[in-house]
Amino acid sequence: MQEKPNLSYVDQLSGDDTEFKNSFISIIKQEFPKEKELYMDCVDRQLTKQTADIVHKIKHKFSILSMQDSYRLAVAYEMELLEGRTTSESEFKSVLNIMENYLKTI
Amino acid sequence: MNCIIIDDEATARAVVRQLCSKTPALNVIDEFENAIDAIKFLNHQDIDVVFLDIHMPGFTGVDFVQTLKNPPKIILTTSDTDFGIAAYEYEAIVDYLVKPITPERFEKSVQKIINAKNSQQKNVKPEGSGPSGSEDLYINIDRRLIKLKLEEILIIEAKGDYIDIKTIKEQFRVHTTLKKIKEKLPEKLFLQIHRSFIINFTKIIDIEDNSVLIEKNVIPISRSNRPELMRRLNLL
Repeated sequence: MQEKPNLSYVDQLSGDDTEFKNSFISIIKQEFPKEKELYMDCVDRQLTKQTADIVHKIKHKFSILSMQDSYRLAVAYEMELLEGRTTSESEFKSVLNIMENYLKTI
Repeated sequence: MNCIIIDDEATARAVVRQLCSKTPALNVIDEFENAIDAIKFLNHQDIDVVFLDIHMPGFTGVDFVQTLKNPPKIILTTSDTDFGIAAYEYEAIVDYLVKPITPERFEKSVQKIINAKNSQQKNVKPEGSGPSGSEDLYINIDRRLIKLKLEEILIIEAKGDYIDIKTIKEQFRVHTTLKKIKEKLPEKLFLQIHRSFIINFTKIIDIEDNSVLIEKNVIPISRSNRPELMRRLNLL
């Protein structure tokens, strides 16, 4: 899956308010790395319930960056984790990397 | 309408705050990253609307709703599209918004709150405005609506998150604020004479320097409220 993030939702939310747009992007850029770090930590420690919790949180950012396919992947992955499975782990990590790289460009 | 936002995710709080800022009817008073802090805040602040994230670690949005005895109107925010049915188990919950929240959907939600509040106001019977023309006030005690005759109310006293309503016959403790009940009382009968007391001033027996006597109760008059009390009296 090579879905690319974009700012169409953020633009819709901001309208002409560039101050909000910049501040909002800054919040995402601050919050996402912490969430990714927490996710990696939970995965390393095989804490599936906690991993599901952080996936739940991260999936909102996928939807904010208009990544519908990635959002659906996260929903499925969250369910897997709650059932004790990790099938979509590598695919999810790859989306995290795409998002991380994208956030460096905006 | 004053509102607060509760969400453990800063990005989500920023979305709701921005949407509120575009809605003149809403005034964001504060935001919280956990429900416990919000409950502490609500213990001393009247709020009309809460935007509440359901999925929070530890103390969830549902825990929050269940904890509040007299919750304000609540709009749930959730990333789960299948939360709809559960959302309406609680009377206070007016709507639920699936993230990412669009401005159009948000507007609909705000309209639902406005409609809910309007309908609530129509159901409340303030001074003599009921179809019967009687001057009654209904209070909610343990899910029972008790009718009080306004003319029989003597004193209303603030007691933290509650008020004590003393009538000619008995006394009731109600979970509300002095400010809220004041809005339901007719000015021709009632007057706030202290930050903790509203009195039925037709029941005054006498007035001394800084207090009034109603039945056997001595009620203090604050300096700021004294001129209004004196103005209302039919002084010789």
